[in-house]
Amino acid sequence: MIEVKDIYKSFGDNEVLKGITADFKPGVTSLIIGGSGSGKTTLMKNMVGLHEPNSGKVLYDGRDFTSMDMQERIEIRKEIGMLFQGSALFDSMTVERNIRFPLDMFTNQSKAEKLERVNFVLERVNLAGKNDLYPSELSGGMMKRVGIARAIAMRPKYLFCDEPNSGLDPKSSIMIDELLQEITQEYDITTVIVTHDMNSVMGIGEHILFLHQGQKWWEGSKDEITSTDNKELNEFVFATKLMETLLKKK
Amino acid sequence: MVFYHFGKYILMLKAVFRRPEKISIYKNEVFKEMVAIGLGSLGIISIISVFIGAVTTVQTAFQLTSDLIPKSIIGSITRDSTILELSPTICSLVLAGKVGSSIASQIGTMRVTEQIDALEIMGINAPGYLILPKLLGGVIMIPILIVIAIALSIVGGYLAGVASGAVTANEFTQGLTTDFIPFTLVVALVKALIFAFIITTVSAYQGFFTNGGAIEVGNSSTKAVVISCIAILVSDYIIAQLLL
Repeated sequence: MIEVKDIYKSFGDNEVLKGITADFKPGVTSLIIGGSGSGKTTLMKNMVGLHEPNSGKVLYDGRDFTSMDMQERIEIRKEIGMLFQGSALFDSMTVERNIRFPLDMFTNQSKAEKLERVNFVLERVNLAGKNDLYPSELSGGMMKRVGIARAIAMRPKYLFCDEPNSGLDPKSSIMIDELLQEITQEYDITTVIVTHDMNSVMGIGEHILFLHQGQKWWEGSKDEITSTDNKELNEFVFATKLMETLLKKK
Repeated sequence: MVFYHFGKYILMLKAVFRRPEKISIYKNEVFKEMVAIGLGSLGIISIISVFIGAVTTVQTAFQLTSDLIPKSIIGSITRDSTILELSPTICSLVLAGKVGSSIASQIGTMRVTEQIDALEIMGINAPGYLILPKLLGGVIMIPILIVIAIALSIVGGYLAGVASGAVTANEFTQGLTTDFIPFTLVVALVKALIFAFIITTVSAYQGFFTNGGAIEVGNSSTKAVVISCIAILVSDYIIAQLLL
């Protein structure tokens, strides 16, 4: 479980996070949603240590990540997988090397064992046999799936995804969402997804955190989100033309 | 501002020299960088060096109008100029442009495409993994390139001198072997080592702390070259003052 306790973060005079507290449970797909500039990516970066909070704590199964030194953090980070918005695959490496990279760095497995793991995760993301392709030869959706494969290669306990659907067509987007949810449940991973995609919210939003102006504005599930009377959340949820049209038809 | 960047640069170097996660992977990266920096720059360094030597010889001969000065001095001047100054400094300035801009743009692109964040999330010491192999590749290969440059400059000087009739082959060779001070080679190698360190680390610093997108990567690359060139010239003067 990941516990975020009273996180504050400013950039100069701009206070981006204003005391956010939340729990993220294993085996549950948690979504952090909100408009642009609401602080969702900053919250995620504070959780994984890419940004340092001004105050507050992040606990990984009770271990206080924020007060750890670099070496202790490295140990926790070996348990973290992350899918970046742009996939962040290493351009100079093939798909296989990208996925094998953390295994090469941190395990003493034999070549055959590593290859077996690479092939397993590639199969898991429906990309079997794509080992020798370079990132430049992949489509956006395939890059995301390789990103997921790399993120789960080390069997992480915690999985973070920053806008996993950005730049994808609706079909690929749904495929990525379903894959993330399956992996979360199958391996009992604590998954935190930053998104503003309402399809994802309605599809896999078991636990949703809505941020507004750097504060936790609402927390609930996809079943509760359409029936809430929270004004800002409703404005966010029903902002798309599609939703508007569907509601009118109703 | 200067102190802020200098402090950040020192902290980055501290992270660069942290114990590598796996030596074998770093070793492979060092070999790759040695090939990229060494073999990749050999062509341009060879061409520049031959012409540096040729021009030095022709211009020295042009200025030696007195019959009282033996022509063999042209060989000595070409030798000492290329060993002490022209080969290490001009080649390093060229390498700052070629290798430095490449390092800054490679690392800068990795920064803006979140590849460095990905390394850090995996628990990898990103400055160590990205910069140490380039630094080692540079400090191994740039002195070798400078030694090759010195040799080619002297060959270029010899060919230009003999071809233009400014000096005979015997006179040039006599000049080369007269009053040679081996310590000048040590000075050249010290310069090469320090310049290599400057080129790789200053460029890596500029790339590593790039913020933004493609335009900022370009700016980092330009800054890397400009700052490396200035740092090379300043340290050139300091080394000359200290060692000669």
